[in-house]
Amino acid sequence: MSARYFGASVARSEDARLLIGQGRYVDDIDMPGMLHVAFVRSPMAHARLKAVDLAPARAMPGVVAAYTMEDFAGLAEGPMPPMAPHPLIKQPLTCHPLARHELCYVGEAIAMVVAQDRALAETAALAVMVDLEELPAVADARAALQPDAAPVHLGRDSNLLASLHTQFGDIDAAFEAADHRLTETFATHRGGCHAMECRGVVASYDQREDHLSIYTSSQAPFMVRRQLANYLSRDEQTIRVAAPDVGGGFGPKANVYPEEFALALGALKLGRPLKWIEDRQEHFVATNQQRDQFWTLEVAFTASGRILGLKGHGIHDSGAYAPYGVILPANALVCFPGPYAMQAIDIRLDVALTNLVPTSPVRGASRPNVAFILERIVDKVARHLGHSREAVRAASFVRAAQMPYFTGGVARDGSRVSYDSGDYQVALDMVLEKIGAADFTTRQRDALKRGKLLGLGLAACVEDTGIGPFEGASLRVTPRGKLVIATGAAAQGQGHATMLAQIAADVLSIDMADITVEAGDTGRFPLGLSTVGSRIAVTAGNSVHVAAQKLRSKALHFASLKLEVGADDLELSEGAVQVKGVPGLKIPLADIARALAGTTGVPLPGGMEPDLAATAYFESSGVTFAYGSNACEVEIDTETGDTRVTRYVVVHDCGRMINPMIVDGQIRGGVIHGIGNALFERMLHDEQGQPLTTTYGEYLLPMACEMPNIEIHHIETPSPRNPLGVKGAGEAGTIPAAPCVISAIENALEFQLGKAAPFITHHPVSPLDVVEWLDGGQG
Amino acid sequence: MTAMLTLTVNGRDMSAAAPANMHLGDFLRHVLGLTGTHMGCEHGVCGSCTVIVDGQPVRACLMLARQAQGARIETVEGLAQDGRLSPLQAAFRDHHALQCGFCTPGMLMTLTALLRDVPNPGESEIRAAISGNICRCTGYQGIVEAALAVATRNEASTS
Repeated sequence: MSARYFGASVARSEDARLLIGQGRYVDDIDMPGMLHVAFVRSPMAHARLKAVDLAPARAMPGVVAAYTMEDFAGLAEGPMPPMAPHPLIKQPLTCHPLARHELCYVGEAIAMVVAQDRALAETAALAVMVDLEELPAVADARAALQPDAAPVHLGRDSNLLASLHTQFGDIDAAFEAADHRLTETFATHRGGCHAMECRGVVASYDQREDHLSIYTSSQAPFMVRRQLANYLSRDEQTIRVAAPDVGGGFGPKANVYPEEFALALGALKLGRPLKWIEDRQEHFVATNQQRDQFWTLEVAFTASGRILGLKGHGIHDSGAYAPYGVILPANALVCFPGPYAMQAIDIRLDVALTNLVPTSPVRGASRPNVAFILERIVDKVARHLGHSREAVRAASFVRAAQMPYFTGGVARDGSRVSYDSGDYQVALDMVLEKIGAADFTTRQRDALKRGKLLGLGLAACVEDTGIGPFEGASLRVTPRGKLVIATGAAAQGQGHATMLAQIAADVLSIDMADITVEAGDTGRFPLGLSTVGSRIAVTAGNSVHVAAQKLRSKALHFASLKLEVGADDLELSEGAVQVKGVPGLKIPLADIARALAGTTGVPLPGGMEPDLAATAYFESSGVTFAYGSNACEVEIDTETGDTRVTRYVVVHDCGRMINPMIVDGQIRGGVIHGIGNALFERMLHDEQGQPLTTTYGEYLLPMACEMPNIEIHHIETPSPRNPLGVKGAGEAGTIPAAPCVISAIENALEFQLGKAAPFITHHPVSPLDVVEWLDGGQG
Repeated sequence: MTAMLTLTVNGRDMSAAAPANMHLGDFLRHVLGLTGTHMGCEHGVCGSCTVIVDGQPVRACLMLARQAQGARIETVEGLAQDGRLSPLQAAFRDHHALQCGFCTPGMLMTLTALLRDVPNPGESEIRAAISGNICRCTGYQGIVEAALAVATRNEASTS
């Protein structure tokens, strides 16, 4: 196989359309007779829904219909099916598409208004009369678990949704053997989705065909179809769900949402196409967030700085429901012990219900939270011992010679967690060299002359990527000799179409320009799961690879029969099968495709199966673990506390890279997301559960002027767990970024304050925190 | 409350009805069918909806359609000429300045306006120009590099 495309920074095939304004996002879809939906949402974090009067809205001009859940009684009833049932969740906790009797967070949908245009629908939604009885609300996960806490849901005797536990080794022995022990408490905060495209749904129903069609801005169209089919008691074949161009996903768009169901119900009821486009204020109250985890952990370590064990507990904010089960908190426990070889851990995580927007993974899921805790603990150990931060890491890392390394932990599927490959120490050494750690103190002194405090930050990470069981792909050569790749995996800007085409183009010696990719559409491919967890290059990528090999064999077999040449003497070149070394003697793939499409009455050669096509569902033989080390410099203005990340260096290993340009893009965007988590993004609520940050004036996102250029260096250790040797990279940048930046802030404060510098245990860190620390306060 | 609006969009004279409460973004998208202009926040912060009105970059969500009476509007659909990407569009592709593509039209229009006023901006000028455009995907670096590449080419052609 000649690698013409694999490994090359090929320009993206997606870009041509997107650059000239010819993308097709949900809001760009128009249909004859289409009507527009606005939702009436709960203004209270917890309330009894006593009555809804739709009459004033129905009487308004341009309004075609208005519905509560009761109006759909003949179509479906009950709460939405849970996406990810878990044995620890005794009673599924999902909301209705439109609430029935109780409202459990500000933003929960109560009713929908359908009108000729969106402005009319929004105006009429304001006219719906809702009679509410306010109930006590819980707006903090820690408070939710107090004995006297008000119930988040009426009728539940506890706000504890589940208590998760992970442990391995002899924790008591590890702590007894340790020279030192330390306990610290951490508060991590992740914020929301904030894809630049809000969510949106278009639903239409064809009565003659009895077919329901949904376009949704989703990372998981196949999950939407599965859940919707369950809910409506329909066969999946009667529902098509497609994700068109999606303007960013970042995790929350992998959830199945009430609005997707409500639009489907409305389209079935009314027989007209319906469109709903979430506005940005709705996004702050109706799209899943991640928010808070609080942790108290005790670490045991030796005098030489080797970490032996970790024990303690955390509290995870689930929000008002658990549509995604306990995936987010369960993910946290799998992230221990990170890149460090420990003798034992014993950690519990309590999942607390709150009267806030439900939570589900945001880029990295719980990995960034756990990376923050682990990296902070390592920094703390270093300070305690007076060792360098890199020395403690070097003493504690899993070593290359230990690969594959069984951490002792157990994955969600019950298998033993094992890191597949890599050299964590090499990554750390490289990042220190690239950022110039050796002469950092010179830069630090120079900065002080300009009145700025400079800090050097450091963070390592390991990341499970490419989780199974599969994303499949089928490849088909058309009679014109073009290759069509179909996959269930939906894209939200990651460049899947380019990446998958690169893989197939090399195997089949087809020009990239002759390949199209159809993705994320249940009408184009039978099965799919979800674009989450940095898994598509591993799953779909290898499926394309395997299917391309099958298709190649079929083309070679056909040509060997036709040319009467052994398949071993044939090769693929420029869209044709040719006799090796005899370029004139060839059969174009187009001809083979036409021949295998069959002609009435003519048998196929050699009893071959019809169609020049192949399908594969590559099943990963184990999770692939990407890893890396990051270093950064921050510059602090001591007057204002303004903290700028001035340099950021990533050393990362995601195995073999299919398209380094795309990988770098994923990592850069991820780092910026993590810097946002370190310094800016803060989803706040008051004690009654009212959101306080619902505009981009209040909720700060990373902007161009504040963001540094990201310098990236790669190590390429092929994963032994898939034919392509690839690992995922979609979340790699985000995971270590917040601890890296916070480590740099603390380093700067240490330069100024010495031993009096605070140990920073939370993020995001605000300028106010920094000023208070510099003034000797607690932050 | 609907009035006829006459304006020039991407060099073509157009006339269409616009309700009094419709902003320019919805007018371009849903009345004229120019869906390349994207609505990201509709409160004037994200910049996805940026178009050029009489030479100035403007947030189409903060301007009523009726205020565009007689105006000369440029949208992302007008950047490529005769099927050829503008130098900035081509640089966006070459420097991986877009991922999901949603903020891209606003970025392109903001930077197109900048590069007309300041043919050879430096990095800080470019970053300041897009300080009102949010991108969640790229980390801005590819966007800045693309604009710098065009700026460098502009300088080479004028010197």
